[in-house]
Amino acid sequence: MQRKVHVRTTINNQAVEFLCEPRQSLLECLRDIVGLTGTKEGCNDGNCGSCTVVLDDRIVTSCLVLGVEAEGRKITTIEGIAAGNQLHRLQQAFLTNAALQCGICTPGFIVAAKALLDSEPNPDEERIRLWLAGNLCRCTGYDKIVRAVSECAREAKA
Amino acid sequence: MKWFDYAAPKTLSEALALLAAHPGARMLAGGTDLLVQMRAGRKPADLIIDIKNIAELNELRYERASGLTLGAAVACYRIYGDAAVSRAYPSLHQVASLIGGTQIQGRASIGGNLCNAAPSADSIPLLIALGATCRIAGAGGERVARVEEFCTAPGKNILAAGELLVSMHVPAPRPGSGASYLRFIPRNEMDIAVAGAGVAVELENGKFRSARIALSSVAPTPLFVREAGDWLTGKPVNGESIAGAAEIAKAAAKPITDMRGTKEYRRHLCSVLTRRALETAVRRAQEVQ
Amino acid sequence: MSMPTYKVIGTRPVRHDGADKVTGRAIYGADVQLAGMLHGYVLRSPHAHARILRIDTGKAQAFPGVMAVVTADDFPRTPDRIVDLGEGETPLSCVRGNMLARGKVLYRGHAIAAVAAVNMHVAEEAASLIEVDYEPLACALTAPDAMRADAPVIHGSLRMKELGAPTDTPGNVAEHFRHVKGDIEKGFAEADLIVEREFDTATVHQGYIEPQNATALWNNDGRVLIWCSTQGAFVVRDVTACVLDLPVSQVKVTPTEIGGGFGGKIPVYLEPVAAMLSKKTGRPVKIVMSRKDVFEATGPTPGSHMKVKIGARKDGRITAAQAYLAFEAGAYPGAMVGPAGMTVFAAYDLEHVTIDGYDVVVNKPSTAAYRAPGAPNAAFATESVVDELAQKLGIDPIEFRLKNAAKEGTRRADGPKFRKIGCVEVLEAMKNSPHYKTPLQGPNRGRGVALGFWFNVGLPSSCTISVNSDGTVNLVEGSTDIGGTRTSIAMQAAEVLGIAAEAVQPTVVDTDSVGFTAVTGGSRTTFATGWAAYEAAQDVMRQLKERAAKLWETEAAGVEAAGGVFRSGDRSMSFAELAARLGETGGPVVGRGAVNPRGVGGSFAGSIADVEVDPETGKTTILRFTCVQDAGKAIHPSYVEGQMQGGSVQGIGWALNEEYWMSEQGAMMNSSLLDYRMPTSLDLPMIETCIVEVPNPGHPFGVRGVGEANIVPPAAAVANAVCHAAGVRLFRLPMNPPAIMEALWKPGGKSSQLVPRNP
Repeated sequence: MQRKVHVRTTINNQAVEFLCEPRQSLLECLRDIVGLTGTKEGCNDGNCGSCTVVLDDRIVTSCLVLGVEAEGRKITTIEGIAAGNQLHRLQQAFLTNAALQCGICTPGFIVAAKALLDSEPNPDEERIRLWLAGNLCRCTGYDKIVRAVSECAREAKA
Repeated sequence: MKWFDYAAPKTLSEALALLAAHPGARMLAGGTDLLVQMRAGRKPADLIIDIKNIAELNELRYERASGLTLGAAVACYRIYGDAAVSRAYPSLHQVASLIGGTQIQGRASIGGNLCNAAPSADSIPLLIALGATCRIAGAGGERVARVEEFCTAPGKNILAAGELLVSMHVPAPRPGSGASYLRFIPRNEMDIAVAGAGVAVELENGKFRSARIALSSVAPTPLFVREAGDWLTGKPVNGESIAGAAEIAKAAAKPITDMRGTKEYRRHLCSVLTRRALETAVRRAQEVQ
Repeated sequence: MSMPTYKVIGTRPVRHDGADKVTGRAIYGADVQLAGMLHGYVLRSPHAHARILRIDTGKAQAFPGVMAVVTADDFPRTPDRIVDLGEGETPLSCVRGNMLARGKVLYRGHAIAAVAAVNMHVAEEAASLIEVDYEPLACALTAPDAMRADAPVIHGSLRMKELGAPTDTPGNVAEHFRHVKGDIEKGFAEADLIVEREFDTATVHQGYIEPQNATALWNNDGRVLIWCSTQGAFVVRDVTACVLDLPVSQVKVTPTEIGGGFGGKIPVYLEPVAAMLSKKTGRPVKIVMSRKDVFEATGPTPGSHMKVKIGARKDGRITAAQAYLAFEAGAYPGAMVGPAGMTVFAAYDLEHVTIDGYDVVVNKPSTAAYRAPGAPNAAFATESVVDELAQKLGIDPIEFRLKNAAKEGTRRADGPKFRKIGCVEVLEAMKNSPHYKTPLQGPNRGRGVALGFWFNVGLPSSCTISVNSDGTVNLVEGSTDIGGTRTSIAMQAAEVLGIAAEAVQPTVVDTDSVGFTAVTGGSRTTFATGWAAYEAAQDVMRQLKERAAKLWETEAAGVEAAGGVFRSGDRSMSFAELAARLGETGGPVVGRGAVNPRGVGGSFAGSIADVEVDPETGKTTILRFTCVQDAGKAIHPSYVEGQMQGGSVQGIGWALNEEYWMSEQGAMMNSSLLDYRMPTSLDLPMIETCIVEVPNPGHPFGVRGVGEANIVPPAAAVANAVCHAAGVRLFRLPMNPPAIMEALWKPGGKSSQLVPRNP
């Protein structure tokens, strides 16, 4: 008997319950069941980073996590980065540095970069590039993205 | 993906019971290989057993005397995030930091890398070089195998039906020892090794007391080149001996030509990478001394 | 000539759609959710070339959760005709045949059938139950292979077009064209040095991060409603209408946000298929491609085989240039060899030129545009030969190019005569750049430069602007925004209106809600849709002057406006004050602009690359990279720089690692973002930019398109840098580590020409 699974989890600091098939990825569950479409699918095999979310304080590609694994865990998605109407300083830095063009990779980059700054407030350029190597961007050549993150790192230092 | 069921047992015995009842089951640790393969229609399963809630498979414990116990489901980030482990095994820290990108390291485990048994697996040559062993559990009890015996063919390993990998054990580093893994990839991250070399050395009075060398991506399984290490034993630590071992490693490689590189190129890389990895391992050994 | 001063143009406001894109609120194609929506899955051919003997969808139809299955038989059988695809024309039979195969499959990944089901897993599982019997045929995978007399014939009905005229010649060559200027033999006879080389480039993909997607609803009123990520909503409308044999007014396309395109999201693949599934089920159907589908079934850019021969005198003046260009069209005619022929020598002022181009069908996915399509291939060949000439003649490579640079009045071999262009200015800026002035030191290091040209296009655009009572305006346009064009268009309107960029609210709308607007492509959007906004804003200003005149009881001709203030005599009124009084002066003010501009201005770009080659592994590291480009006038400099950096990095990826790795049977072996190695952040330095501004006399603000020229020179610059670093010149892209090692291993020294490796 094929039965859906009841998952109780916390998404962006809010308790969320959903029903899913075991074969559905966390990415699918977030997008198609919970309706949080800010997390994007670019490859569905962990190689582009567009679907990056925070799962219990670690960034992961949500395409490589099953929805059922979210049981009892804490998830942060791009929708949980701004504080209400107040953009996170990284989001602001992406805007002022023109660090996005098409914007499809942007949620993944911001979630990943925020996790870096949360654990290491002052990363240098090399560290930022290494941390973000799992996030592909095809529009910007990364220059302005790295500058935006570096700017936030400098602010943290100041 | 075709339908499968999901179970997340809390104990090893529960997991073994599930495994015994479902011969078509597969283990889920980080899922970074498993889910990709299942989506591609390779290795289908009717049951996925999530092993991350089992204590023994999550164990990461280093003791100066006995060495390192590395649970099969321990994600890479826990290894490089553990100061004591990173200090004792800088090479393991290094390998855990280069599998996939940051996101993959948040999920992928060394145990999964081993069970997946890819010829290109980055962690296996190093585990072989470090002399690591595997603790395997099955319905009939437990057994221990050396890592170099674990992989049997691309994607195949020695686990029998009903068995699972519980943990790996890495001997405590001895004085004067050092290790390193070096791979070659065209990009600087997010790539599969075109070739790789894992080496471990033990130095004494300017000579190699022992050495172990293994290669990735140049044979159907990660390749332990025992003769290269044996050849170094007793030789002075210098460029000539290191180059000699590198040539033996190169001669042992049996690569194929594919999209990641030609046979000739891969053989050539074996020599370059073995030499460079040995140089790093020697430097680490000398720093420890 | 002094540049006009602007208040808005040249500033760097935050883009209007920015907040939505950094918070995840922006809706892209795959984010569309409709009540009762089904998920579609497309079954694709495992063979590169095969006859379809039988398709049996019975088991799939019967699978629980499946609502409908379609095959090519479900398309209306309208007679063949020519269809406008947005950047070119092609027979309907080819467009339709690429959406769902009929009779034969022509490449691996060719669509066979599509299933609609309650979720994507069910649809995929059901598709695997569709039985297809194939008779596999031999395949031809490269232009040289497909041109051989004994090559398998891919289209039995194909007859070559020779120098513009139809012939009876069957085979895989769809077209041979030739551009001639002067007397090539005479030119070579005048040369002191002639370099002739052969080049190959592998098939590469645009690599946009968002896969193709489409959601369609065949509504109960008979209208087909489509939501999708596309570079041209009107192209999707027109192609879909054509394939489904509907009047265009029966199709409404709503373009969602789009996750990259680079030319690859101009062709239509999924929309008519989703529409047919919707027609059968009465429910909306969404289809999203997998990454593998994107690689195997959407248009990459052509692989190419080229020969370039250039002669020069000792003083560095080029006397003659000849090119042979054979480009892989993929499964259907239309390789981007035409643009390659237009650009291959366009950067140079030449007297004697011959260019031969061949459009060759092969058993690979039908190719599509990719950022200056054809030009990077051609520039790799030309700029490598130019570099070799400069090296052998002992002339600085930038000086060599300056001696031969195209300028106003230069006539290209393919006909057009340049108006004001910035070729010399770009070269001067390269020469004076901090990068070029800093010597490169260290072993295994080399510097390379290259020059590139892209002609840019105009095409129609429409726009309306309505004035709000609070002094802002709403701007409605039809160009999907891939890289910040909402803002660069709004800024041009703001400049005319004398208000802030932020006081313009730009919206990209569906095909029911704005006049025809051609694709976001050809570097045309800021140029052409910007021009439409300029016209609409002028229209608003004309009307507002009338309103001011009415209030002041004077003649409109006596009202002047500047910097957002209307004046007549000593009376003045701000834009906002006047906007608040529209009700009492006649009601709403709506301006419109509809243009089909002719004054398009081509753009030149130059790359400077410093590399280090590991002589033991062949791996190339980019140490420093500069892009110089003529923008005409940079409307929003940050987004101009962004185009330059993005194009440069795509060029670097093309140069070093990207390629379709094909098996002998025509299967792409690396159809994932793991093995198709696009550059990561860790593979690159910062990309330095230098915007040159030689205003385009054909645009009110001097705009040239900036989207494409920047990808033309990087591969050649990197190739030249690799040559100077490693001492070997490579003649095939990509110059990946094994290729460089093999070049280093070749006997006969480092300068000997290499034999291109087969893919």
